[in-house]
Amino acid sequence: MSTATHDTKREAPAKPTTPVGKAADYLDQRTSIGVAVKEFARKVFPDHWSFMLGEIALFSFVVLIASGFFLTMFFEPSMALTTYEGEHPANMHGQLMSVAFASTLDMSFEVRGGLLMRQIHHWSALIFMASIVVHMMRVFFTGAFRKPRELNWIVGLVLMILGLAAGFSGYSLPDDVLSGNGLRITDGVIKSIPVIGSFMSYLVFGGEFPGHHIVPRLFTIHIFVVPGILLALIALHLFLMVLQKHTQYPGGGRTDKNVVGYPAAPVYVAKMTGNFFIVAGVLTLMGATMAINNVWNYGPFDPSPVSAGAQPDWYMLFLEGSLRLMPGQGTEWVIGGFTLPLNVLVPAVVIPGILFTFLFVYPFLEARVTGDDKEHHVLDRPRNKPVRTGLGVGFLTAFIILALAGSNDLIATHFGLSINSITWVFRFLLFVGPVFAYYITKRICLGLQRKDRELVLHGHESGRIVRFANGEYIEVHTPLDEQERWLRVNYEAPAPLAIAPKTDARGVKRKGYGSDKRWQGLSRFFYEDRVEPVTPAEVEAAHSHGEHDELTGSERQTVEAGVGTTSQEH
Amino acid sequence: MSDNQNPPADTSHEVTVTPQTGNAVGHAERFPDPGIPEHKHRLTDTDPRAAKRAERTVTFLFVLSILGTIGSIVAYVMVPPDGTTSGVRLSTLLIGLGLAVSLLGIGVAGIHWAKALMGDKEMVQERHPLASDDATRADAVKDLNDGLEDSGVVGRRGVLKGAFFGALALFPLAIAVPLIGSVGGDWNISAFKHTMWKRGTRLAIDPSGRPIKVADVTVGSVFHVIPETTEEFRESHEWITEKSKAVVLMVRLNPEDLRTDQSPEGETWSHEGIVAYSKICTHVGCPVALYEQQTHHLLCPCHQSTFDIADSAKVVFGPANRRLPQLPITVDDEGYLIAQDDFAEPIGPSFWERLK
Repeated sequence: MSTATHDTKREAPAKPTTPVGKAADYLDQRTSIGVAVKEFARKVFPDHWSFMLGEIALFSFVVLIASGFFLTMFFEPSMALTTYEGEHPANMHGQLMSVAFASTLDMSFEVRGGLLMRQIHHWSALIFMASIVVHMMRVFFTGAFRKPRELNWIVGLVLMILGLAAGFSGYSLPDDVLSGNGLRITDGVIKSIPVIGSFMSYLVFGGEFPGHHIVPRLFTIHIFVVPGILLALIALHLFLMVLQKHTQYPGGGRTDKNVVGYPAAPVYVAKMTGNFFIVAGVLTLMGATMAINNVWNYGPFDPSPVSAGAQPDWYMLFLEGSLRLMPGQGTEWVIGGFTLPLNVLVPAVVIPGILFTFLFVYPFLEARVTGDDKEHHVLDRPRNKPVRTGLGVGFLTAFIILALAGSNDLIATHFGLSINSITWVFRFLLFVGPVFAYYITKRICLGLQRKDRELVLHGHESGRIVRFANGEYIEVHTPLDEQERWLRVNYEAPAPLAIAPKTDARGVKRKGYGSDKRWQGLSRFFYEDRVEPVTPAEVEAAHSHGEHDELTGSERQTVEAGVGTTSQEH
Repeated sequence: MSDNQNPPADTSHEVTVTPQTGNAVGHAERFPDPGIPEHKHRLTDTDPRAAKRAERTVTFLFVLSILGTIGSIVAYVMVPPDGTTSGVRLSTLLIGLGLAVSLLGIGVAGIHWAKALMGDKEMVQERHPLASDDATRADAVKDLNDGLEDSGVVGRRGVLKGAFFGALALFPLAIAVPLIGSVGGDWNISAFKHTMWKRGTRLAIDPSGRPIKVADVTVGSVFHVIPETTEEFRESHEWITEKSKAVVLMVRLNPEDLRTDQSPEGETWSHEGIVAYSKICTHVGCPVALYEQQTHHLLCPCHQSTFDIADSAKVVFGPANRRLPQLPITVDDEGYLIAQDDFAEPIGPSFWERLK
């Protein structure tokens, strides 16, 4: 019987009459798409400008795919040698060059809109990496990587590394002098790898550098392998984001158990579509007005010339800087007749290894030293996690110093400084700068937290100076409204881990005590210094022991001294 | 003074603590959540004229986008690049500006529409814990166990399992072996250790290939040098690969300025102050091309390794560890500069088997 009623129920709604209704009915009968529409159409997403940063990365990627498709129609990934027959640019006419370089010239000078697409593609790649990095900074500093999002942080990191691979492989395709020297540096780095380095070099280049295989190989990597994996992982990244629902900034009514924001349809559909077109529009504007990578000025690859002041794309600068800073003296070791060039291995492999390892392990490390197993959906204000924020700024400082070191020749020529002294300053700064930045940032965070306490306890300075009958002057403070107060008190200040004692009740040494002790040490590093949020009791206490920042009834009769220009602490 | 709980700032660590006891009687541990802030209406919600204005702005932006598209196509047709750099730039600029207006028009219109005219009342949805509930987990484990049970291999048929995993592990070899076998060409890495220089090869000017006479080399002059070879060879791939190892920088110093070179006891590798060094940096292989005449220093523009030409090209600064290998040169009967032999050591960046 139950099936019969079910059937009649199903037939109860009238047959769709409009074309849209009919199409929807057709589709739903075959795909049950109604379930998905019901789930997603009014799904709520929190709103904040910083949630747009990841979108910029996504949309730059879409622009990269679209402009990249255009370029593949005209680019020929071949290193066969040819004489350039084109009349323009005049300085290239009649030169011997690879087909790859010739087709790059051809698509720039003969294909209408070709140069525009090349420039859009290159600018998009730069913005793609930049928005990924800034998006990661947002995620890091607000603690969005915490449970349950650790896995999505890892997916994001892999996406960033793939972005580097995509940028590097694409940059090398035109086979010009600059990119050729970039490949040559890569070859030098590969050769420095112990035991297998020489064979790795042969594996990459299909023989000795440069050979005639590298451009077609990079082409396949650039247009098939890397974008394929990128697409799959972007899908996973977004799937996890939707499944776990987006994080939200702290505020009234926002908890770890809800999502406060606007519905996907129509608000986010309109905003995201709008954002896509704005990103695409700005990238087009950049491609239209700002020349980038004019390869005809450099010429086709030739192993002999190189120009000073040549820079890789910005996201590779940290590696370049790392190579430049390493002192060469005494850093190449010969062990049993085998050569170990640490002057290349350390800056090109070990230093980036340390940087990336930090990013990969940080979410797990922080959860461990916090003793934290809860789901977090409300973001942290960076000041409320002083050590995390300090470590993040220290990390960025190292990255920026390395990137600046990658431009030390430009700094030298622009500011008329000695390249040797700049290099020495950066060598020194690479070690001192991050520690200093960490310390300062942590102190600033603690200071801001104290300021929050001060505000909650005593209110805002109003600028109104009041004189009492006894001659005392005070400044009147305005108490915080409950929304602002909530923003400043709604956080956790975890204490360092507590561990079980060294010996158990019978005085037997406990197994695992040493490891616990080390974790506790690390936990102390994170949470020894902390500022706890104000409690209602403290506010009450502050008001009851004779604070002058509020005027009571009797005091209201006192004479106002007028508004002072200096706001006076009392 | 306001924060009495703070200990002095000079202690090694500090905790600004909430007192848990004392006059806390009658107070909650924490402040209550005040709830979502009151919704504030926008101007377009309350003033129909403002709403109408926003509607007109959005419409105008979409029309602007259409005009941008048209402009872009007009630019494509009317301003073809004439092939010169400035012509290409103009065409790029006009097509690009049209396209940018077309895209930005849609983008700005969409966002303005969403912000000014679409609902802006915040909504709340519940989150649910991500972990599946215990019953579902139990079912899942049971299903998996049932599946394993049905497979009939749990705890038995070890040989079958071994064969299964063995087959799976081995079959990729049938693809990997031919791939790895061929992907590195002939895998003859000893080629790193030799260049095309040999006894009697004339030094020639890069890129023209014209051999160099001693008489042409004045004191203080710098030559970018390649080995002399046929014009035909210089238009082949092999040449680019060989040239990548063989390029040399040759300088003529005042013989009294040349303090030392790399000649071993009893040999002379330079000729009347003319020295020739490999141009491939011993750091990671960039061409070391910037020569400073006053100091006799040679600078690599990539990573700033600096070599002293007057002192056997030893490293004076930067990330390189080894001096540039010297090409032993002399003069033949006709007065041309020639190589005495190949470089005595491998040129370019270091690698594991370099000294083997």
